[in-house]
Amino acid sequence: MTAAPNATAIEAHELTRRFGSFTAVDQITFDVAAGEVFGFLGANGAGKTTAIRILTGLLSPSSGTARVAGHDVYTESEAIKRRIGYMSQKFSLYEDLTIRENIRLYGGIYDLSKDELRDRTERMLARLGLEQSAGTQVRSLPLGWRQKLAFSVALLHEPSIVFLDEPTSGVDPITRRQFWELIYEAAARGTTVFVTTHYMDEAEYCDRISIMVAGRIGALGTPAELRQRFGVESMDELFVRLARPTASAAS
Amino acid sequence: MSAFAGLLRKEGLHILRDRRTLLVVIFMPILQVVLFGYAIRTDISDIRLAIVDPSPDASTLELRNRFSATDAFRIVSVLPNVAPLDGLFASGAIQEAVVLEGDFANRLSRGLPARVLVVADASEPNSGSAMQSYAFAVIQSYERDLATRAGSVRIAAEARMRFNPTRASSNLFVPGLIAFVLTVISALMTAISLTREKETGTMEILLVSPLRPFEIIIGKVLAYLVIGFVSVLFVVAEARLIFNVPLRGSLFLLLGEGLLYILTSLSLGILISSRTSSQRVAMIGALAGTMLPTILLSGFIFPLESMPWPLRAIANVIPAKWFVMIARGIMLKGIGLEYLWPQTLVLLGMTVVLVAAATRSFRIRLA
Repeated sequence: MTAAPNATAIEAHELTRRFGSFTAVDQITFDVAAGEVFGFLGANGAGKTTAIRILTGLLSPSSGTARVAGHDVYTESEAIKRRIGYMSQKFSLYEDLTIRENIRLYGGIYDLSKDELRDRTERMLARLGLEQSAGTQVRSLPLGWRQKLAFSVALLHEPSIVFLDEPTSGVDPITRRQFWELIYEAAARGTTVFVTTHYMDEAEYCDRISIMVAGRIGALGTPAELRQRFGVESMDELFVRLARPTASAAS
Repeated sequence: MSAFAGLLRKEGLHILRDRRTLLVVIFMPILQVVLFGYAIRTDISDIRLAIVDPSPDASTLELRNRFSATDAFRIVSVLPNVAPLDGLFASGAIQEAVVLEGDFANRLSRGLPARVLVVADASEPNSGSAMQSYAFAVIQSYERDLATRAGSVRIAAEARMRFNPTRASSNLFVPGLIAFVLTVISALMTAISLTREKETGTMEILLVSPLRPFEIIIGKVLAYLVIGFVSVLFVVAEARLIFNVPLRGSLFLLLGEGLLYILTSLSLGILISSRTSSQRVAMIGALAGTMLPTILLSGFIFPLESMPWPLRAIANVIPAKWFVMIARGIMLKGIGLEYLWPQTLVLLGMTVVLVAAATRSFRIRLA
């Protein structure tokens, strides 16, 4: 809703990040359209998290350009921060605060008005079926519930892009499916979803995916395109085929 | 609702939710004052005393009564001669003996110097000299009172020592304790609480949010600054009420210098947390980097003067050393900035360097 139709949510051009002599992200170039669910795949250590950290403003790139929600990552990181939501690989909420207190904290951080905060809190709790538990501390929630809550909180300020770093790791299949329903709901409202995952069935849910291999993008396209182009049956097979050479080279 | 107010509220909730830590933070200083005040203090009470009084009469009796009237002494035996003393000392039955001259009363009344020998068990040198000083104090006050009554009277007590009229080590340890409390709360708690956010991943969320890094840091440390301040007030009040530790100088100056020192310790805490990624490492780092030097090298418990020069040199870079000097000056000597400006300047310089280093390290992590 904030982004114009067919606008580009993220554009990266030869984006590079080096740590000393090690190049974590090596000249990656890709676009993500507004409202798209973009799967960002890759083996551990392939550079996914570094790329996310650059796009969310946590790290500055060594070279290359990138625009997020129309803003330059070098010079307009403050503007970017207002337009994005982020759910980190680790847990994003405060376990010793209650559900309502967490929501209120993030509402405050993103300058929501009292009315907005109240409306959105009630809507979120109703959607997640957590009205009864609003006063309980987050630590006592099951993992799946926490992840769904963390995702909803990342969307509280209605960002145009939301970054999800392995949001479903360790979550049971049924809750993962529910989680993806939430992702589709967000995408249907126009939010761009940038998601990393290690579950290849989830890759199939994405509009487009990219697979990072050793800091570079090894494949980029819709799941169907990629299956056809590489002549594989499943994303699983493709992933293993792309990731293996480097895995054996590294060992 | 402003973002910053929300952040402060959240910190408050963290602290209130973590009851155990809160209790530790609040009660530890209070308990420590009692501990240092009673258990670890170097002044001594209930000294087991023997008095050797070969010719008892009214004046020696009065002197004996003076000894038994103070809390410091308990007379366990009165002897006619010195022969049993060795055995009593050896068995530990007595810690100190006061030996009066044979014709003590006689010489006293004739205006001749009456001689007294004070013998103290010096197997613990510090308590030995303390016991000796106590005995001299009693004898001197007796001499003074006698002199005002009867004119020129002299008691010649042997091995005269310099006497600390307040006789209270609590006076010395309370300023050190303030430094200690501030260090623990500011450095340790800040380091742990910042690393906890890193460990749980919430720090990334805050960094990705529109909050500015300095807002995150200030939101974090402000709560501990308040707790630190409250603790200082507790310790000062407790020291005053229970141990009669004076506050001769300005309370405001003390609190102002306290604030400066809190800032120093907070920056240390931030610095430590920027180098570590787990709470456990942060805790060990804070313990080794701030608490131990504060205890060992600030002059808080162990006098710096009696240390070899390398340790004295190291002590110069310990902020606590300078704060302890300042706090002692204000509390015990009642002096102000006119004397304490060099120490304050040193502390200020350290704070500037540490704050700069802390903000820099925080920014590096973002870059």
